[in-house]
Amino acid sequence: MRGIFTISQLTIHEALRKRVLLAALVLGLAFLILFGVAFYFMNREVIESPRGPETQAQRALVYIFLTMAGLYAVNFLMVMMAALLPVDTLSGEIRSGAIQSLVTKPLRRSEIVLGKWLGFWVILAGYLLLMGGGVLLISRVVSNITPPNIAIGLGLMMLEATLLLTLSIAGGTRLSTLANGVLVFGLFGLAFIGGWIEQIGSLFQNETARYVGVIASLIVPSESLWQLAAYNMQPSLMRDMTLTPFSPASVPSGAMVVWAIGYTLVVLVFGVWSFRTRDL
Amino acid sequence: MSNAIETRSLRKEFGEKVAVANLTLTVQRGEVFGFLGPNGAGKTTSIKMLLGLVAPTNGDGTVLDAPLGNVAARAKIGFLPEHFRFQDWLSGREFLDLHGRLYGIASSKRKTSVEKLLARVDLYDAANRKLKDYSKGMLQRIGLAAALLNEPQLVFLDEPTSGLDPLGRLIVRDVINELRAQGTAVFLNSHLLSEVEITCDRVAFVKDGRVVRETSLHETSNVIDVELIVRNASPELLRDLSQFGKHVKQLNGTIHLETETDARIPELNRWLVARGMDVYKIGAAKPSLEKMFLDVMGEDARAG
Ligand SMILES: Nc1ncnc2c1ncn2[C@@H]1O[C@H](COP(=O)(O)OP(=O)(O)OP(=O)(O)O)[C@@H](O)[C@H]1O
Ligand SMILES: [Mg+2]
Repeated sequence: MRGIFTISQLTIHEALRKRVLLAALVLGLAFLILFGVAFYFMNREVIESPRGPETQAQRALVYIFLTMAGLYAVNFLMVMMAALLPVDTLSGEIRSGAIQSLVTKPLRRSEIVLGKWLGFWVILAGYLLLMGGGVLLISRVVSNITPPNIAIGLGLMMLEATLLLTLSIAGGTRLSTLANGVLVFGLFGLAFIGGWIEQIGSLFQNETARYVGVIASLIVPSESLWQLAAYNMQPSLMRDMTLTPFSPASVPSGAMVVWAIGYTLVVLVFGVWSFRTRDL
Repeated sequence: MSNAIETRSLRKEFGEKVAVANLTLTVQRGEVFGFLGPNGAGKTTSIKMLLGLVAPTNGDGTVLDAPLGNVAARAKIGFLPEHFRFQDWLSGREFLDLHGRLYGIASSKRKTSVEKLLARVDLYDAANRKLKDYSKGMLQRIGLAAALLNEPQLVFLDEPTSGLDPLGRLIVRDVINELRAQGTAVFLNSHLLSEVEITCDRVAFVKDGRVVRETSLHETSNVIDVELIVRNASPELLRDLSQFGKHVKQLNGTIHLETETDARIPELNRWLVARGMDVYKIGAAKPSLEKMFLDVMGEDARAG
């Protein structure tokens, strides 16, 4: 256990030292400022103007829509971070040989994998709290509205990030950095496209398209988790406006969450096994 | 006391390539052991198997009485890798501190060890600079310091002087002598035979992944290698020289022969002069490790 924490600390320290986190934070803050300014002016010029929505309920809908758009962007940033931050951590050290000085210490190899995983998990969780919290705070301040089920929604977004993080770590035990990046983004892309095929399939009641989409979501459940998060964070009125990225026509079932958790665990165990059994 | 290292028929294949064919060796506690062989002979791969970095295809062994790759035993092992590449975003001091932590050394103890070792490898002035700004030799020095942090009972040094200046080499030599004095066993890979000759107690020669010869460097040899340079050495001369000793041969203009006693050298000199030869040099050469290496490997040794 001591080993895991030492490696996690080292991982976080490295991300800070290499200014990866700084870049992510600057990008994130720039986004929040942009989002805040846009939200503010939308509110003043459009929503509250005489040409804007008439009833209070309609207004709330627009506010929630804007908030969801912000969270959708945060979701993308999280996906990028989860896939990219750890993409080089094992493959790079294996390639350079720097890993040799770690694995010859009195540490289990599993502690190295789990320590790195935990370090990045903490970074991602912090980033989600900051960015998701920022979006929610801005919409609260400007519009006095908060979407429902925030905890569930952010939890699901974190699960999505965790899944991609785990794929990226596990891939790095055997693949080069470039191949690993291609793999993780490829899988994410597959899930993304699959998610849309499924949505369009359910809208037009095309069973084949739905089937293809469901298969893609099973291969990589990342996009399903976002859809489930988005579904949970909006009032029922808005759920009926299908085919925005945040109001899915077909809602992934709760079983998808169980699948995603099991999936993540299996990938993590595979990553540990794969690192333990390789020559360095 | 038990041995520091024992292996039985260790073998490693990388696909078709046999990197180590059959490694059986014993290194005693407190012994400085030199592991010599041409490029690609399997020296680094052997160290990696002993450290658990690479899983043997066959065979087994123990290191400090624990099976290969045992986690707890690593607390008592130091290692300087061949391609000293480290966490280069850390400063030298931070790097040593991190590695001390990974060894599980308590923080107060760590602090004194780190400062002591920074001074030992002469990096005190560069201690706060990032490793990525270090030169090759400086990296090797900090790597050496890291290998000593845990006051190990066994240290693996894979070509520890490959990047070092003459002063750095002197440090390595002194460090090895200090380790021997403390009873620490050292497993040394090196191509610098003159250094191995000074520092090691025993050496093994590996060729194509096998130990082909093991020899103690403390045994006093009762064979004297006589070196001789004369002008116009004829085949007849070489033939007649065999009355003075065995294994007469000519290498790069120098004639070598082996005798039992150096008393034969003045005799040989008189004999040559009497034959009217111009003698430019005559004397005894201690059989050097380099010569032994060439003898063992054969002139045709190729990088494997
Ligand atoms: N990971 C690997 N994959 C394939 N072949 C390898 C691998 N590592 C080593 N080899 C091969 O095994 C042989 C032994 O390599 P090794 O590095 O042990 O040699 P060495 O004795 O340390 O040589 P040098 O003196 O050049 O350092 C070489 O032929 C090398 O090409
Ligand atoms: Mg080598």
